[in-house]
Amino acid sequence: MNTMAFTLFAVIVLLTLGITYWASKRTQTTTDFYAAGRSISGWQNGIAISGDYMSAASFLGIAGLIALNGFDGFLYSVGWLVAYLVVLIVVAEPLRNSGRYTLADMLAYRLKAKPVRSAAALSTMAISTFYMIAQLVGAGGIIKLLLGLQYEVSIILIGVLMILYVAFGGMLATTWVQIVKAVLLMTGTILLSLLVLGHFGFSVVEMFNQVSAKYGQSFLEPGKLYKNPLDNLSLGLALLAGTAGLPHILIRFYTVPNAKEARISVAWAMVIIGFFYIMTTFLGFGAALLVGQEKIMAADKAGNMAAPLLAEALGGNFFLAFISAVAFATILAVVAGLVISAAGAFAHDFYSNVLRGGQATEREQMRVAKWASIGVGVVSIILALIAKEQNVAFLVALAFAVAASANLPVIVFSLFWKRFNTAGAVTGILTGLISSILLVLVSPNLMEPDQALFPLKNPAILSVPLGMLGAVLGTLLSREPEAERKFTELYVRSQTGIGAE
Amino acid sequence: MTTGSHRTDWEQIARSPEFRALMKRKRRFMIGSVVFFSLYYFALPILTGYFRFLNTPVFGSMNGAYLFALSQFFMAWVLAFLYIRHANRMDRLIEEMICKRKEKAS
Repeated sequence: MNTMAFTLFAVIVLLTLGITYWASKRTQTTTDFYAAGRSISGWQNGIAISGDYMSAASFLGIAGLIALNGFDGFLYSVGWLVAYLVVLIVVAEPLRNSGRYTLADMLAYRLKAKPVRSAAALSTMAISTFYMIAQLVGAGGIIKLLLGLQYEVSIILIGVLMILYVAFGGMLATTWVQIVKAVLLMTGTILLSLLVLGHFGFSVVEMFNQVSAKYGQSFLEPGKLYKNPLDNLSLGLALLAGTAGLPHILIRFYTVPNAKEARISVAWAMVIIGFFYIMTTFLGFGAALLVGQEKIMAADKAGNMAAPLLAEALGGNFFLAFISAVAFATILAVVAGLVISAAGAFAHDFYSNVLRGGQATEREQMRVAKWASIGVGVVSIILALIAKEQNVAFLVALAFAVAASANLPVIVFSLFWKRFNTAGAVTGILTGLISSILLVLVSPNLMEPDQALFPLKNPAILSVPLGMLGAVLGTLLSREPEAERKFTELYVRSQTGIGAE
Repeated sequence: MTTGSHRTDWEQIARSPEFRALMKRKRRFMIGSVVFFSLYYFALPILTGYFRFLNTPVFGSMNGAYLFALSQFFMAWVLAFLYIRHANRMDRLIEEMICKRKEKAS
């Protein structure tokens, strides 16, 4: 047990609960709950997006991957930044101009609300659940390593906190928890990087030379982790197209007052996320040199302890406690963002607009939103408790693949293709969702590698074309003059911001 | 900005020469940049997966593969900067378009 770490954890819990209390007084309407009253400024939202995105998987996971596998670990980092170009250039502004709270708002603009909202709510809840289980199971393991807390205790602790943030503080609390986390994470990562580079006379080349001397030049070359280049391409596609379809990232654009602020927020996010992922090389190679692979593997086979052990080696017990607390804050912020995205899909899309046909009063909508957050949180806690000891790392890949195959094609067609219609949207979302899940079920993630029916770990290279094909076929096999007529309105609104809420 | 009771004629805006010129520029930038960054991005897994020449050391032990991966970050930042400059120009065109329509209406 580490008293220093416990103290820092307690400080973070108290700080975030304080934010929640402050936010709960300012959360009166559904716009407050889902979109923080559209009161977040561009740069604040940019930091919050980074907070939403830089999960414990990227902080602890990528550092470990690079420490153990060298160059290949870095490939993830590249995809995670370049993907924001799709968000920035294609999706963010039109989405902000034409929606209110969820991804489905934009789709329902020109398509039939009930079928489209049901399908989009389904894919949103699937993506958020996969992502959430991966985060929670990982979190349980990490907190066990860092603090010696039991797995079950960690999951319930994190679960209760995320429910409190979202149910009481809504999007405002979630946003500020993410901002606090992003600042802590960047501070920790910059400090670690500077200390690492200091060991090599602030010369990155010198660090590479020593890596090469210790582990051989081949450690710096591609091919250690991904033997099949197609695997790599498929993963690359999932990251590139999936980010712009992740509901918990997309709903962040509704928290800013207009499209211009949405644009500014992506720019801020890209600067922060880019620097962060470049620094993952310093953490990874630093850990490989200053801690050593044997010690990293001894603590955790997957390499998740690389960054905390590096902190201990460089700054002793206090720095270890600080980095552990940062990892804890990181987990909290990401899961809170996922809860509010799933709750919005259920309460706003499915309950208020499909079941109640848009007739629910403001009070009823608020009540359902809060209960939905509690429900989503409780279900996630139970699933994470069941999934203990399971290898769930593939779930993040699956979440990205579903987002890329089910959501992105439908978003793009809806914004730019006049002929696109309800049947196309529903078949597109369903084929993307089902094909991603089926392909993962028969992939090496869940079957013996030599028996797997589908050879790649990530299904995107096949499921994205399938999702697009579903959307195109569904569209061409039916006619919907209303959707074509309303296209012009959506097109002008989404591209100019005229009439945006 | 108009909403609610005040009816906006979307068809008419969509047909106006100003809007069409705006969309032509927006679309050109969008398609051009998506094609460019997709090619640049997928070149990394292709060149590192199927070829070996990027393994040549450039600075000390730092090889071409790492430098090319690193260049992706700068590519993304530069393109984001260019997009924002372009989008700010588009904002001004949209503002002019809205002003013109208001003048006509009054």
